[in-house]
Amino acid sequence: MSEERAWHPRRAGPFVANRVLLVLLAAALMGVVLLPFAAMAPNRLMSGQGVNVAVALLPWQWLSLAGLAMVLALCTLARPFPSRLARWLTLIIAPLWLLLALYGLGDYAFRTLQDASPAARVSQGAAFWILVFCPVLMIIDAFQRLGSGLAVRGFYTAALVAMVGALFASGIFDGLSIMQEYANNRDTFAAEFLTHLRLVGLALGPALLVGLPLGLLARRSPSARGPLFGVLNFFQTIPSIALFALLVAPLSALGEALPWLKALGVGGIGAAPAIIALIMYSLLPIVRNTYAGFAGVPATTIEAARGMGMTARQILWRVEVPLALPVILSGLRIVTVQAIGLTVVAALIGAGGLGSFIFQGLGQYAIDLVMLGAVPTIALAVVADFLLQILVSLSKPAGTR
Amino acid sequence: MRVAALKRPTSRDGLLASLSALLVLLVLFMEELAPLFQALFPELGNPVYRRESFLQLTLDHLLLVLVSSLISVSVGVGAGLFVTRRSGREFEPMVSSLAAIGQTFPPAAVLAIVVPLAGFGFVPTIVALTLYGLLPVVQNTIAGLGTVPPAALEAARGIGMTRGQILRRVELPMAMRVIIAGVRVSVIINIGTATIGSTVGAQSLGTPIIAGLVGNNIAYVIQGAVLVGLLAIVSDLIFERLERRFTFGD
Repeated sequence: MSEERAWHPRRAGPFVANRVLLVLLAAALMGVVLLPFAAMAPNRLMSGQGVNVAVALLPWQWLSLAGLAMVLALCTLARPFPSRLARWLTLIIAPLWLLLALYGLGDYAFRTLQDASPAARVSQGAAFWILVFCPVLMIIDAFQRLGSGLAVRGFYTAALVAMVGALFASGIFDGLSIMQEYANNRDTFAAEFLTHLRLVGLALGPALLVGLPLGLLARRSPSARGPLFGVLNFFQTIPSIALFALLVAPLSALGEALPWLKALGVGGIGAAPAIIALIMYSLLPIVRNTYAGFAGVPATTIEAARGMGMTARQILWRVEVPLALPVILSGLRIVTVQAIGLTVVAALIGAGGLGSFIFQGLGQYAIDLVMLGAVPTIALAVVADFLLQILVSLSKPAGTR
Repeated sequence: MRVAALKRPTSRDGLLASLSALLVLLVLFMEELAPLFQALFPELGNPVYRRESFLQLTLDHLLLVLVSSLISVSVGVGAGLFVTRRSGREFEPMVSSLAAIGQTFPPAAVLAIVVPLAGFGFVPTIVALTLYGLLPVVQNTIAGLGTVPPAALEAARGIGMTRGQILRRVELPMAMRVIIAGVRVSVIINIGTATIGSTVGAQSLGTPIIAGLVGNNIAYVIQGAVLVGLLAIVSDLIFERLERRFTFGD
């Protein structure tokens, strides 16, 4: 992993010390000046009129944004700050930028909607997204240069997420169009979110139960390996919507033929084909990583264990499994993120989940309803990835972390 | 990374040839299968999707994937080369993490956000596919160039090769297999995402699938799904062949 590698600062010149930060800052400033920060529309189906950052934000807000940008600009230079200080300053200022952009957008929505028609909507513009993503990338860059451990990064991220969460809880965003969509769909949102998680969980459980032994089998019997990986790669290659759709016909036939299966909810449309397809997609990464994990255990280590008088079962559970665990968990990380994404598509065959907002929104040309499905899905995938990354790192034997 | 082929090349080539032939036949003569679909689903009035020809849908699908993949590959390999040269090395950690984080975003969600913002239809779908397709290409270009042993570079420098020669004759050939693996992932993802493109106004092989799901016509669903599934598998087998050609040593 590149993040783990020690960073050797290389001066690009006597003047600029951090060209990455400089590029990010320049991109952010250019985007903010050229692109609309927010959009104001007469109702939820019309596309909005773009509003520039200087118009959308109060003077104190954009002046602070500009002031913080000046400090960030100084952080890119070799002087006046020593490099470590510049990185820590970036870690303080970048999140302030992010929070200010979030607060400014919510505040703008409140102020404009006070004297607008009740159907009017305020949504986020391209410059807003730039003001969110660039600080996040600046934070990543600063951590890479500092070479901070996972504990520091995890704690920092948790604090940042807590602050953004507090902003949400304060109700500052309630004027925004996406939050109005949320308010209109409050009950369905919670239900679809849980459905999404349930589909992922129902797929990952069986996939692990089947995949882990198959991975071990691939390790133990080389003749099974070729056909096994061939078949699993075949499933992995079929586009998600095609696999979902191809399962609809046989399952509806099965449901018609066996009424007790239909009573259990197995039918053409719904959760059953989605879960089966998700399991098929999850098998390849799990089996492959289980195989790779076991294959990576040094033969000398197993030899030593045998020499100590351990039985085959003891060697498996006390030597091989612990040593293979980080690689197996990386496989779990891949399939979890993948399953969260594929479940979006499952909404097309009536399985529910956050994808149903996306496709409803696309059908109605209501972009904020699309956002209500897409933004939480992306957040869910990124959070799951981060948490499992921590788990993988914790599972590595002490000293190799 | 995908698992390397463990079967004999000849049997894979036979599979590729027969599946390609099946794909072409189905694309051209799906209409002829009307009696079969009618027998399978007697309740359907229209057993074969006829609004657009399957040839047209397949060409649209291929155009979406080809255009986006060509841009992804040229920009992605370029970016990968830039961050592995001396002048761009400072950007390597940032570009690597961007590629890694970006790939955790579900492609369907990216498509659903980018396309409406850019105005629905063919070109916005290309933009979304290109953005997403970039990531595996960048990642594998960096990884592939990273596998070139320093000793090989040292030797090339020792025999007096210029930097351009080293890149063309040593680095790129040695990294090619991993780069192609990245292009393969990118193309396969794009074939799948282009299918969903039919929900955002880009005609593709997903169009009959969605029409079938909406109109409760399972025959349409099967026709679209079989074709797009075959298309993906045939493309994957072609890339597997390409990868095999660039394998050295192991």
